[in-house]
Amino acid sequence: MSKIHVTTTVNGDSVEFLADPRETLLDCLRDHLDLTGTKEGCGTGDCGACSVTLDGTLVCSCLVLGIEAEGREIGTIEGLAQGHELHPLQRKFIEHAALQCGFCTPGFLVAAKALLDKNPNPTETEVRYWLAGNLCRCTGYDKIVRAVMDAAEEMRKEAV
Amino acid sequence: MAKDEFREFRLVGTRPDRPDGLDKVTGRARYGADISAPGMLWGAVVRSPHAHARIVKIDTSKAEALSGVKAVVTRADFPTGLTGDEWDLQENTMAGDKALYDGHAVAAVAATSKLRAEEAARLIEVEYEVLPHVIDVDDAIKPDAPVIREGAADATVPEGMPPNVVRYFEHGRGDLDAGFAEADLVRENTYRTEATHQGYIEPHACLGQLGEDGKGEMWVCTQGHWFIRKMCADVLGLEKSQLRVTPSEIGGGFGGKTTIFMEPLSLALSRKAGGRPVKIVMSRSEVLRATGPTASASMDVKIGMKKDGTLTAGRAEFRMQGGAFWGAPVDMALDCAFAAYKLPAVMHIGYDVLANRPKAAAYRAPGSPMAACAVESLIDEMCRELGLDPMEVRLKNAVREGDRSSYGPKFKSIGLVETLEATKAHPNFSAPLGPNQGRGIASGFWFNHGGETSVTIALSEDGTVTVSAGTPDIGGSRASIALMTAETLGIPYENVRVNIVETGALGVNEPTHGSRATFATGKAAVEAANAAIKEMCRRAAVEWGIDPEAVEWVDGAAQPAGPNAGKFPPMSIAEIAGNMGSTGGPISGHHEGNLGGVGASFGCHVVDVEVDPETGRTTILRYLVVQDAGRAIHPAYVEGQYQGGAAQGIGWALNEGYVYGEDGRLQNSVFLDYRVPVASDLPMIDTVIVEVPNPGHPFGVRGVGETGITPPLPAIANAIHAATGARLRHLPMNPPSVLAAIKAVKGG
Ligand code: FES
Ligand code: FES
Repeated sequence: MSKIHVTTTVNGDSVEFLADPRETLLDCLRDHLDLTGTKEGCGTGDCGACSVTLDGTLVCSCLVLGIEAEGREIGTIEGLAQGHELHPLQRKFIEHAALQCGFCTPGFLVAAKALLDKNPNPTETEVRYWLAGNLCRCTGYDKIVRAVMDAAEEMRKEAV
Repeated sequence: MAKDEFREFRLVGTRPDRPDGLDKVTGRARYGADISAPGMLWGAVVRSPHAHARIVKIDTSKAEALSGVKAVVTRADFPTGLTGDEWDLQENTMAGDKALYDGHAVAAVAATSKLRAEEAARLIEVEYEVLPHVIDVDDAIKPDAPVIREGAADATVPEGMPPNVVRYFEHGRGDLDAGFAEADLVRENTYRTEATHQGYIEPHACLGQLGEDGKGEMWVCTQGHWFIRKMCADVLGLEKSQLRVTPSEIGGGFGGKTTIFMEPLSLALSRKAGGRPVKIVMSRSEVLRATGPTASASMDVKIGMKKDGTLTAGRAEFRMQGGAFWGAPVDMALDCAFAAYKLPAVMHIGYDVLANRPKAAAYRAPGSPMAACAVESLIDEMCRELGLDPMEVRLKNAVREGDRSSYGPKFKSIGLVETLEATKAHPNFSAPLGPNQGRGIASGFWFNHGGETSVTIALSEDGTVTVSAGTPDIGGSRASIALMTAETLGIPYENVRVNIVETGALGVNEPTHGSRATFATGKAAVEAANAAIKEMCRRAAVEWGIDPEAVEWVDGAAQPAGPNAGKFPPMSIAEIAGNMGSTGGPISGHHEGNLGGVGASFGCHVVDVEVDPETGRTTILRYLVVQDAGRAIHPAYVEGQYQGGAAQGIGWALNEGYVYGEDGRLQNSVFLDYRVPVASDLPMIDTVIVEVPNPGHPFGVRGVGETGITPPLPAIANAIHAATGARLRHLPMNPPSVLAAIKAVKGG
C-alpha cells in the first residue's frame, strides 16, 4: 500500500512522516518518529499504555490511525517535562514509588495530566475511575492514586 | 558483617528516589520493543488455531515470494536430537509433528516492515489434521483421555497411571490415621482454581542477531538474561559464550519472563536472513495464548481438628495441569500447603498432568496460591463449624523457629507468630461491618530463594562506585542494592550507580525470581563491597607503612584501628580512589556463589468485602497485608510488592481465569475479556511490614516479592462466606457464581 505524507505537531514541534494507511498513531510515533516513551500493552484500547492527547483530548494512540494525525496537535510523555523541570506528576510518581516496572507509567502520567487539566481537585474515587482505563499489574494502584492526589494538591497550592 | 537487630542504619530502611526513576517518568527508559538496529527486519509468528492437531504440511512458498520477505523458518530449521527439558523448550518454541495448544507457534517469517511480516505470515499455509483435545485437569487425568504425548512420564510415575500423568509426588510423615482418629472434626473438600496469566503489561519483545559463524547478540525484556542465553543456545545448538544477551528495562514479569518463547525464532530468522537483526514484538493475544500462564488446579484437602482448634492431621491431594509439557508447580504447591501449621501427621500426593494448553511458566510463588486457597479455606470452614476464632486457631497451630516444617526441614528464624500478632493489632482487624459485609483472613507462605549470583563493584577515580549486577530491576531493586552497597561502604546513596549488565560482564546469574534480587544480589554486593574495603585498607596501610590488619574502615574512610596502630588522619574513599593509579591500579570487589542463608516468609491478609445480594458482585472495602520482610531495605518498594501481590491475588480470586471453548480455543485472549483489576476495582491496600531479621543475610533480608499473592484467594473466599453464608470452592468467584452460591444456600 502506498504511503501517505502526514504533517502534524508533536509536543509543540512540527513533524512530518510517511505512514502506511494501516499504521496506528502509536506505530507512527514509535517507529517513524522515534518517540518510544508511548508504550503498547494491548493494541486494542484496553490498557492505556499508549495514552496521548490529540488536540487536548486523551486518546489511546493504538486506536487512532497515523494518517488521522494530519494537522492535529499531539501530546506525548516526552512533552510532559518542561526542559529540566519535571511536571509535578512526574516528581510525585518518583517520590511515592508509584512505579515498579514503570511500563505503565507514561500512560498513567499522560492520563493523569489530562484529568488534572480538567479537574484540579479530584476525589480519590474520581481519580480511580478516570484512571480505570490504564492497567498497572505491579502496584495495586495504591501509590499511583496517592501520587496523583498529592500532585493535584501541590498544583492547587502553586496556582493560588 | 554480623546481623544486629538493634543496630541503627544510616541508609537501610530509608526511602530515597530510585536511581532509574527519572528515565521511567520521562519515557526515556528503553524496554524490550524500544530499540531498533541498522538493517533491522521485523518478525511475525504463525500460530496454530487448533488445540491439538497433526501438522500435515506447511507451504511457505507464497510468503517467500512476497517482496521484502527475507526469511521463513519452521521446525525443520532447528537442530534435531534434543532430549528432556531442552526438547520441551524447542518444541514449545516451534511445534514439530503436532500443534499442542491453540497459539502454538508453527512457523515464523522476517520481512522489511512489521506490516509486511504480518502479511507474509498470513500467506503461510498450514494443513492440519485435527486431533481430539483435552483442556480440564480432571478430564486430562482420566485413563481414556486423549493422549498428548506417549512416553512423557518421568520415573516418579508408577505403572498403570493414566497416560497424561507425567510426574507423581507422594510424601509425608507421622501417623495420618491416628491423627484423624484423634480429631473431633474431620472434613474433606475439593477446591478448584483456574489458570491465570501473569499479565505483565509489557508484551514479550526481543531484537536478535545471529551470523553464519554462530556469533550473535540479543536485546530482550527478561527476568534473567543468562537463562535466555542458555535456553536459546540449547534450542539452536549454539555455543553459549558466542551469544551476548543484554537485558532491556522490563515491563513486569512475575515469573513469566524467566523462560524463552519467540527469542530463538528471532535468532533463527536472523541467521537465515544473512545475519540481519530481527525484532519480534508479541501482540497481547499472542501473550495470552502462548506465554505464561500458571497451572489450573483441582485439589482435595482433608484436615483433622480438635474442639480447641488443635490440628491433628492434614492430607492434600493435588491435580494440576501446566499445559502440554511437564511443569505444573504441584510439588511446590504441596510443600506450601500446610507450611504455616504444626502438624503431627501430614500426607502430600500430587499429579502433574498434561493438557492442550500453553506451557505453564512460573507465576509469583508458583503453586502456593492454589494450595493456600484449598487449605486456608478448609481451616476457615472448620473453625466456623466448631465456633472457633480463625485467628486464634492460626496462632495456636503456628510454626515457630525450630519446628519441623510440613515439607521436611526444620524452620530457622521465622516470623509467622509476629505476623499474626501484628495483624490482630491492626485497626482493620476490628473495624465494624455492615449488612452484606464480611471479613476473611488467611495466611500465606513462600520459601524465598538465593541461587547463583555474581556481582562486581568497581571504584571510580573520584571515589564513587559502580555495581555490576545481573538481576534485572523489575520493581526498584537498583535502589535497594545501592542502599546496601552505600551503607556498607559508608558513602552517600547517590554515589553508587547500579548497572544491570549483559551476559559477558559477569559469571552466570539466575534471574530476578524466587524473591531473590534484593536478598542474593544484595548479599553479593555487600560481600563485594567488603572485598573492596579490604583492598582500600591495604592501600592505606602501605601508604602509612603499617600492617593492613591495623587498618579499619569507618564512615567511608580508612583509619588506624587503635592508638597502637599509629597516628594518621583518616584516608577517605575519594583520596584512595584518586591515588589508586599509582598505588597498585584499579580497585574493585567481586563476590559470587550459589548463595544460601535464605529466610522463608509468612504473611497474613485481612479483607472486608460487601456482596451485592441482587447481582453477586463483590466489592473490596478494606484490604490489609501484613508480611515478614526480614528487613525492609527500601520500605516503599516493599509495600509496593505487598500491594501488587494482593491486587494480583484479588484478580485471581474474583475475576481472572482462562476460558476455553468446546473447540479448545482460548476465548478471552484480549484484556477486554481477560479482565485484570483496574484502579476503580480496588481500595487503598494497607500494609504492615513485620521485621524478623533473617540471620542468613547481612541486613536481615528475606525477600518480599511472592508471599503476597498467596493469601488473597482464600481470604476473599472466607470473607464472602462471612458476608453471605455461601462457600465458594471454585475460583473465580465472579458475580454469576457468587449469586448461584447464595441462591443455593437460600434454597437449601
Ligand atoms: S496499547 Fe493502546 S490501550 Fe493498550
Ligand atoms: S508499574 Fe509495572 S505495570 Fe505499572
